[in-house]
Amino acid sequence: MSTPNAPTTGHGDISTGVAGGDSNASATRITPGNALRPEDIALEVRTGLAKPTEDVAEYALRLGDDALILAQRLGHWISRAPELEEDIALGNIALDQLGHARSFLTYAGASMPNEDGNPQSEDDLAYFRREHEFRSVQLFEQPNGDFAATIARQFVVSYYQYELYRRLTESTDATLAAIAAKAVKEVDYHRDHSAQWVLRLAGGTDESRQRMIHGLRTMWPYVNELFQDDELTERLAQAGAAVAPSSLKADFDRLIEDVLKEAELEVPDVPAAPGGGRYGRHSEHLGYILAEMQVLAREHPGASW
Amino acid sequence: MAAQNLQSVPAELTPEEDAAGQAHFDRIIAEDSRIEPRDWMPAAYRKTLLRQVSQHAHSEIIGMQPEANWISRAPSLKRKAILMAKVQDEAGHGLYLYSAAETLGQSRDKMMDDLIAGKARYSSIFNYPARTWADMGAIGWLVDGAAICNQVPLCRASYGPYGRAMVRVCKEESFHQRQGFEILLELSNGTPEQKQMAQDAVNRWYAPALMMFGPPDDDSPNSKQSMAWNIKRFSNDELRSRFVGMMVEQVKVLGLTLPDDQIRFNEDTKKWEHGPLDWDEFHEVLAGRGPCNAQRLERRRAAHDDGAWVREAAAAYAAKQSKKTKEYAA
Repeated sequence: MSTPNAPTTGHGDISTGVAGGDSNASATRITPGNALRPEDIALEVRTGLAKPTEDVAEYALRLGDDALILAQRLGHWISRAPELEEDIALGNIALDQLGHARSFLTYAGASMPNEDGNPQSEDDLAYFRREHEFRSVQLFEQPNGDFAATIARQFVVSYYQYELYRRLTESTDATLAAIAAKAVKEVDYHRDHSAQWVLRLAGGTDESRQRMIHGLRTMWPYVNELFQDDELTERLAQAGAAVAPSSLKADFDRLIEDVLKEAELEVPDVPAAPGGGRYGRHSEHLGYILAEMQVLAREHPGASW
Repeated sequence: MAAQNLQSVPAELTPEEDAAGQAHFDRIIAEDSRIEPRDWMPAAYRKTLLRQVSQHAHSEIIGMQPEANWISRAPSLKRKAILMAKVQDEAGHGLYLYSAAETLGQSRDKMMDDLIAGKARYSSIFNYPARTWADMGAIGWLVDGAAICNQVPLCRASYGPYGRAMVRVCKEESFHQRQGFEILLELSNGTPEQKQMAQDAVNRWYAPALMMFGPPDDDSPNSKQSMAWNIKRFSNDELRSRFVGMMVEQVKVLGLTLPDDQIRFNEDTKKWEHGPLDWDEFHEVLAGRGPCNAQRLERRRAAHDDGAWVREAAAAYAAKQSKKTKEYAA
C-alpha cells in the first residue's frame, strides 16, 4: 500500500469471511501451494487410497511420536526465548515437527483400527494412548534445559532426521516418501539453525561455551538409540520401505564432526543410555509431557474441537 | 544487537530550517500524505508515535502469553498447530512494530528495558487470565476482532513505517479472528460442557474487549491531537460502536449471547449502543492492579534475563567474526 488513501478493504475487514464466504478460507488450510498436508493424507485414508502395511504403520508411529514429543518440548519456548527472533525460529521448528507428526500419525492410524474397526485419527493416537504405547526414542523427550541444551538436542535431531528423511524419499511406500520429501526440506533449515547456534555459543563467551559443552554432554547419552536396528527396521529395509537406522550413522557422524570441529568442540565422551523408547520404555520425563498434552482432550472424550 | 543502524535523531537545526520543516510537515498532513523517518517532524508528533507504536509492540509481545498458556494443552493437533502459528505471528508483529518504532530514534533494547522495568504500557486486556480452552476462541474472536477495528484505520496512519507495518499485521489479525470464531463455533456446536465453556469465555472477555478502544471520547485527552495528525482516524466511541454492531450479528451465528442486554441500534444517531462499562476496573488494571499484571511482567523479565547470556554470546561471536573478516581482508 503506497498511499495512505488506498482502500483497506480485505485487510482485516472482520465482516467478511467469518460466516460462510470463501470455502478456502478455513484457518486449517495453513500450508500454501501443493505441499502435502495431514488433511490430504486423512482424505486418502478415508477413501482407502492410502493404507500402510502393519510394519509401515508401526514405523510411521515411531517417527510420528518422535516429532510430536519434540514439538511439545519446543512449543514451550514460544514466549520464553532469549530473543524475539528465536521465539519465531523455535516456533517454526516446533510447527514443522508437529506437521510431520500429524502426517505420520494419520498414516499410521490407517492400519491401526479402533474398537469399531475404523482407522484411528492422529488425535486418537496422540491423546488417548498411554505412556508405554508411545514409540518415541528418549532423546526427543529430554528436558529443554537452558537454550544450549535445547540447541544441542536440536542439533542432533536435525542431522539425524535429515539423513533419515533424505533416504526415505526413496521409500517404496509412496506416502512415507511423500511425507519425507516435504519434511527433508524443512529439516535442512533446522540443521542450519542449530549448527549456527552451536558455532555461536561455542565461539561466543566463556559462559556460552561451557553451557554448549554441557548441553551436548547432557544429550549425548541418548544419541546411540537413534541408530539401533531391530527386526522391524530390518524387515522394512529389506522391503525398501525404510532404511536401517544404523546405516545413517556414518553420514551423521561425519557431518556432526565437521560442525563440532569448526566450533573447536569434541564429540562428548559419555556412556550411552540403553534406550528402549521404541518398545515403550521411556525416561521419567515422558509421563509429564503426556499428562499436560492430553489433559483437556481426556476431560472430554468423544468431543470434537 | 538491535541497537545498531538506528535512524539518527536529526542534528541541531536553525530556526529557519525548523520553520521550513514545520511548513513541509503541515503540508503533508493537510494532503493526507505520509511522513517518513527522515522528514522533519514536531517533537510532540515523534513522542506520541513512539509511545503508541512501542506500546503496540509491547502488547503483541505480552499478548503472546495468555495464548502460549494453552499451546501444550491444545485439545487436537490441528488446533495446536494453529495456535502455535498464531502466537508466532504475534512475535512477528512485535518485531515489525519495534522496527517501526526504531525509525523514530529509540532502540529495541531500550524499549524492552522500559517494558520490563514497568515504565511502558501495553494493552490492559492481556492482564486477564486465559482460564479455559474456550478463551483461545474468545481472545481470537473478541480481542483480535477489537484490535482489527482499531488497526484497519491505522493502515492509513500518517507515519509511513507504522501504516505499512499495520497492513501486514491486519492481514494476519484477520486470520486470527477467524480462527477464534471457528474455535467458538465448534465448541458451541459441541457437548453441553463445551458450549458452556464457550459462553463463559465470551462473558468474561466481552467487556474487557470493548474497553480496548480506550476511554469514552469525553475522557480521552490525547485523541484530538492524534486525529489532527492523521494518526488516529476515528474516535474511541465510534470504533467501539462499530465493533458492537459487528459482534451482535456474529454472535447469532455462534449460537451464543453477549453479556449485555442493553445493546441497541440508535436510529437517530445511526450508531450501535451498549450497556455501561466498568471504567473503574479498567483504570485499576491499567494502574497495575489486574489479575495477571505481575505475572505477565515477571514472565517477560525472566525470558529476558535467562536469555542474556545467549544475546551476549551472539554479540561476542559476531564481533570475533567481523574482526576475522577484517584481518583477512587486510
